[in-house]
Amino acid sequence: MKTSVILSTAVKYLIPLLLIFSFFLFLRGHNEPGGGFVGGLVAASAFALFAIANGFDEAKKFMKIEPIMLIALGLLIALLSGLVPMFFGLDFLTGIWFEKNFPIIGKLGTPLVFDIGVYLVVLGISTKIIFSLAEEEK
Amino acid sequence: MLFAALSGFIFVLLIPIINKYAKNSVGWIASIFPLALTVYFISFYTNVIDKGNSILESTSWVPSLGINLSFYLDGLSLTFSLIITVVGFVVFLYAGSYMKNYDSLGKFYIYIILFMSSMIGLVLSDNIITMFVFWELTSITSYLLIGFNHEKETARNSALQALLITGGGGLALLAGLIILSGISGSMSISSLASMNDILTEHRLYAPAALLILIGAFTKSAQFPFHFWLPNAMEAPTPVSAYLHSATMVKAGIYLIARMNPSLGGTELWNYTIMFVGAVTMLFTAVLSFKQTDLKKLLAYSTLSVLGTLTMLIGIGSDLAIKAFMIYLIAHALYKATLFLTAGMIDHSTGTRNIEELQGLRKVMPITAAIAILASLSKMGIIPLIGFVGKETVYAATIEYTNFGFLFITLAIAANIFVVYITMTVGFKPFFGKFRKTPKTPHELPFRMWFGPMLLAFGGLTLGIFSSFIIGKLINNTELGIITAKLNIPVKLWHGFTLELMLSFITVLLGILLFWKRNQLLKYVDNISFIDEITPSYHYQKLFNGTLKLAKLQSRILQNGFLRYYIMVIIISTIILGGTTLFSLGEMDYTGIIEMPGFEEIIIAIVMMTATYMTVRAKTRLAAIVAVGVIGYSIALIYIMYGAPDLAMTQFAIETLTVILFVLVIYRLPGYLPFSSTARRIRDFIIAGAGGLLMSLISIIILSNPLSSELKNYFAKNSYAIAKGKNIVNVILVDFRALDTMGEITVLAVAAIGVFALLKLRKGADEK
Repeated sequence: MKTSVILSTAVKYLIPLLLIFSFFLFLRGHNEPGGGFVGGLVAASAFALFAIANGFDEAKKFMKIEPIMLIALGLLIALLSGLVPMFFGLDFLTGIWFEKNFPIIGKLGTPLVFDIGVYLVVLGISTKIIFSLAEEEK
Repeated sequence: MLFAALSGFIFVLLIPIINKYAKNSVGWIASIFPLALTVYFISFYTNVIDKGNSILESTSWVPSLGINLSFYLDGLSLTFSLIITVVGFVVFLYAGSYMKNYDSLGKFYIYIILFMSSMIGLVLSDNIITMFVFWELTSITSYLLIGFNHEKETARNSALQALLITGGGGLALLAGLIILSGISGSMSISSLASMNDILTEHRLYAPAALLILIGAFTKSAQFPFHFWLPNAMEAPTPVSAYLHSATMVKAGIYLIARMNPSLGGTELWNYTIMFVGAVTMLFTAVLSFKQTDLKKLLAYSTLSVLGTLTMLIGIGSDLAIKAFMIYLIAHALYKATLFLTAGMIDHSTGTRNIEELQGLRKVMPITAAIAILASLSKMGIIPLIGFVGKETVYAATIEYTNFGFLFITLAIAANIFVVYITMTVGFKPFFGKFRKTPKTPHELPFRMWFGPMLLAFGGLTLGIFSSFIIGKLINNTELGIITAKLNIPVKLWHGFTLELMLSFITVLLGILLFWKRNQLLKYVDNISFIDEITPSYHYQKLFNGTLKLAKLQSRILQNGFLRYYIMVIIISTIILGGTTLFSLGEMDYTGIIEMPGFEEIIIAIVMMTATYMTVRAKTRLAAIVAVGVIGYSIALIYIMYGAPDLAMTQFAIETLTVILFVLVIYRLPGYLPFSSTARRIRDFIIAGAGGLLMSLISIIILSNPLSSELKNYFAKNSYAIAKGKNIVNVILVDFRALDTMGEITVLAVAAIGVFALLKLRKGADEK
């Protein structure tokens, strides 16, 4: 694929914005529209955009971590967040929260951690599929 | 006991680490585990065996369904647990040396530890569902272990065969157990024992009992399901010794014994077990005659013993139960030993063919001594435990009034072959003149002979001191096979009885059979019908037939053209949904009355135009952009109806989908309209009908407002309990987090699937 100068310049500024936006979507999901799923999708499209602008090899380097690892990590985090309440004698996946509020993040609890897992799995899957399709092209 | 049953599943996590840092001693370290469990179970000895108590422990698992992790320790489960852990220890130690050239030794220990834990869980479980879970786990681990040498096609086929048969039996068992809990209203095996009257008189008793028996017979390789066991000899020898002689194949027998107090006492139950056991006992013993492979010979003798054990429960008298227990222990000790010595011979000489093996006693004196000691026990020679076992089996069979004469004849005939097998496996390789073998034989290291020696001497000790150890077990323990305690003492020497004479005749005829082997073989070779009457022939036919049917239906339904798949899905939906809709009769369509607003009409027009453009597009890219427009329009509708979460996700998904499409299209050849006008009209009708059906359903749903309590519940508790104001997200990550968990797992699997498909194609291109 040919890369356009305009696109790759724009992407430089867009990527951080998109990634911050995806994180923002993820965090606000608890009280307002958003959440791990859509956050992960937005992050994935950020990487897809980067790949279109700079090529897929560059995008892979830029991501630093193999998407399959993200999927595994996400599943593990989701699972562990469910196991935590079992140590307190509660059922699997019961939400537990800290009493106190934290700055920026707001409330912190196991459902939020679970959502991080969802975020990572979605990001991992989307980028994995996009990258493997792109690899086929060569 | 909870910890004992589940500790293996935790311990197994350490194996990869041990294997990484101490590859050579993984066998040593792993064998500590069964040893520790042996000590643990022996610590119950006084309580269970001396005092005759039984222990029940329970931890709730899914209490709302009556499924609990409850474990029950009595004479029967303690005996089985000790067999599992002791033989486990021996096999773990042995395998470390026997399999040291395997790259995947760590994997082997993972599988076998998982198996051992499942087996312990199976014999300890008091809850039928928990037991079933462990039961299936043993089938799965057995599959992995039989197919351990997975580069070999025969190993893969045998593993699959064993899994299909035991797994199919497992399904029957599950059905039987569910019927049983339906009748009794209880899931606890120990409480079922007191409900014998209620259970046996119920009209569903016969199906429940037969289904459970099918499960047991498949697992314990009873006729006509026996053929998977000789094939399972493809497994590495330690696996054969452990799973397919000492433990897993006895799970079915354990189940029959365990269920005997609750389901037994009827003619259906006892006669079925008795005759199936007797047929297995004789039929498999006769089949052994033509075998030349050491392990196959042992497999057939195992089958014969399994048949005998089954038959004994069927007879069900006090003496028969006593014989069952002694024979069970004796067999576990000598058969595991003989398998292990067969493995030693194989390891040392490079062959398991009995024709090539003789005169090894000078090069392998320790192996020879161990094998002979175990063989003597197997042949029933005094003073080994096998002697006591065979005597009691004969005594119990003679005593049985209904078919005593028939069964004693069958038992003697089968045992003659067992003696013959023993002579072939335990004596022939060591005596006579030495013959050259593929590898130069040598004696084996301590790790390999220590365990088998321990078991062989165990057989001797238990024989000489039979009145103490086994005697106590049988005399004053709750065995769980019958409700009362047995109170029969065990003795080594009964005097010159009829049984002793029969025992003597058996050994004599067995040796004669071995002596005349070559002449008889020539005669037997001319009889070929045996191969055709065996059930494995029918199994193979059924198996091939199933594959053919599967091929046929995939050719019809999944012919490789994706458009065809979609057509099949839509037509099925139309037919199924449509017939349901019309069978419901007059419907309320008032939901349509409301007039759509201006924006809605605009969006509808945009969508219809986009649809038209998709169909008429001249390039693929144009078609995909048009489909994208439809997706975005749907997102707009979501926004208008107050579902911003959905809309956002829809936007993101639409964007990514277009990117994916573009990536794929990039590779495709130019766009050519292939379809004829007739086909387009056909597709138009199908698509139109599908759309119409969906519209009708939507209107009906709108006309009948759902009165859902869930909606109110979520609205009320979202902030109160789950501390979130966005109900959609709270449902996703908290209220229904388990569903989400399942969904992300499915997504992950799908991603791996996509990746694998693409990689696979790449590999094909390179070729």
